[in-house]
Amino acid sequence: MLNIQDVLETVRMIREENLDVRTVTMGISLFDCVSDDRARLESKIYDKLTKTAERLVPVAEEIEAEYGIPIVNKRISVTPLSLVAPGASSEDFVRLAEVLQRASSSLGVNFIGGYSAFVQKGMTRGAEALIASIPEALAVTENVCSSVNVASTKAGINMDAVLLMGQIVKETSLRTADRDSLGCAKLVVFANMPEDNPFMAGAVHGIGEPDSVINVGVSGPGVVAAAVREAGNCDFSTLAETVKRIAFKITRVGQLVATEAAKRLGVPYGIVDLSLAPTPAAGDSVAEILENMGLERCGTHGTTAALALLNDAVKKGGVMASGHVGGLSGAFIPVSEDRGMIDAVKAGTLSLQKLEAMTAVCSVGLDMIAVPGDTTAETIAGIIADEISIGVVNNKTTAVRLIPVAGKGVGEVANFGGLLGYAPIMDLKAESCATFVNRGGRIPAPIHSLRN
Amino acid sequence: MKAVITVIGRDKVGIIATVSVACSGFGVNIVDISQTVLDGYFAMIMLVELGGMKESSFLEFSAALKKIGEENAVDIRVMHEDIFNSMHRI
Repeated sequence: MLNIQDVLETVRMIREENLDVRTVTMGISLFDCVSDDRARLESKIYDKLTKTAERLVPVAEEIEAEYGIPIVNKRISVTPLSLVAPGASSEDFVRLAEVLQRASSSLGVNFIGGYSAFVQKGMTRGAEALIASIPEALAVTENVCSSVNVASTKAGINMDAVLLMGQIVKETSLRTADRDSLGCAKLVVFANMPEDNPFMAGAVHGIGEPDSVINVGVSGPGVVAAAVREAGNCDFSTLAETVKRIAFKITRVGQLVATEAAKRLGVPYGIVDLSLAPTPAAGDSVAEILENMGLERCGTHGTTAALALLNDAVKKGGVMASGHVGGLSGAFIPVSEDRGMIDAVKAGTLSLQKLEAMTAVCSVGLDMIAVPGDTTAETIAGIIADEISIGVVNNKTTAVRLIPVAGKGVGEVANFGGLLGYAPIMDLKAESCATFVNRGGRIPAPIHSLRN
Repeated sequence: MKAVITVIGRDKVGIIATVSVACSGFGVNIVDISQTVLDGYFAMIMLVELGGMKESSFLEFSAALKKIGEENAVDIRVMHEDIFNSMHRI
């Protein structure tokens, strides 16, 4: 017989501490849809998606009901579209985005990722056309997510792409000005982008992946926050041990859901992503975990150290609970999606500079940060370049999902709705970085990229 | 397959009987039962075998118990035992 305390602990995590599986994401290769006939390409993509993922939502719901664990999102990631239609024009790409949207609506999934390009060393014509189409594609679709990898530790930083993405973020903001520039919440700029990440907006189905695959992203900041609170004023070794133990349990649920979903769908299981993903709901906050460790408010001195401890312990606990770990695997610190982060920004304790420092020790980067609508493309490019440098030099993934909120300024609040939450608009430096970001070319790869 | 039924709430006369009757109505066999009082709340767990369940599905059984919970102001959940085994056993 199961131990009654163990059973009650699990039930309490789900009832009171918002334990859930954040996403079951099906990766689907579109390589076999390639065609130089536009209409044929579109119909092949639609058919492949709707056929392969036909049972994704019902199977995930079945697992939710049987195991009593909420699965918040059911999503799809596809082969980066710039590779599927390398000869397409920007107009063609927007039509493909609409195909992805139609497939996603008919399947009932809430996001579809892969409107993406890898341009860390340079741009193909297809990548260029896709990137140029991003503002339009994100304005005319709801569920399509876009990502662009502008740098890697191996290749260095493509600063032409960084500047271009500054302009694209700005245009996307203006194209969705009526919705607090929501389009930018579906666009992320990466360094060292993983190819098996189940989380949005950066999910893609990479080129080394099987035809289709199931990847699962766990969650559980509320559970970790409760465990840290209960651990009380213990020393750091005990604190790390507490987080490891709870991370193990959370990840085992993700592993169970991943293997079960893969089995029922007849698709290989890929990875479990060990990220702690917060939501704007009360008690589901990464900031709260850090505050429970003894910080008066997230963002004050000691925050980076607390986050480093958390991130490491989550991985150590999670890795033993899962057969294959991948994706981003680290604590997320999105501002608009985390109640504690929102409060810390409002209080003036958490600044953009501190957030940037925090991304050096966790995944994934400057995420869901609202900035004034009149921020220039060059300043956005400068912010991207800074964050991307942290990833390139430290051999890790970093990303930027910045929302210049059209028509709004510092002190106002942007509302994105649902899991995307809301964010106070943050202040930026007034001094220009335009001359720097306009130099053009690439920043060379760091010396430690030469490992062979 | 085996599942775990948890009943959590203020103690209520006859709640175990009500849940047991529902199980027998569905052809669900109770394998083990255990209970405790937690922070003033009554908590009961039942391990059940669903193999002998009549035509009805897991979902119908689970919905029926959830309804009993709502009628009696207690939280009743039916969950596959593997979620507990995965989480608490290596």
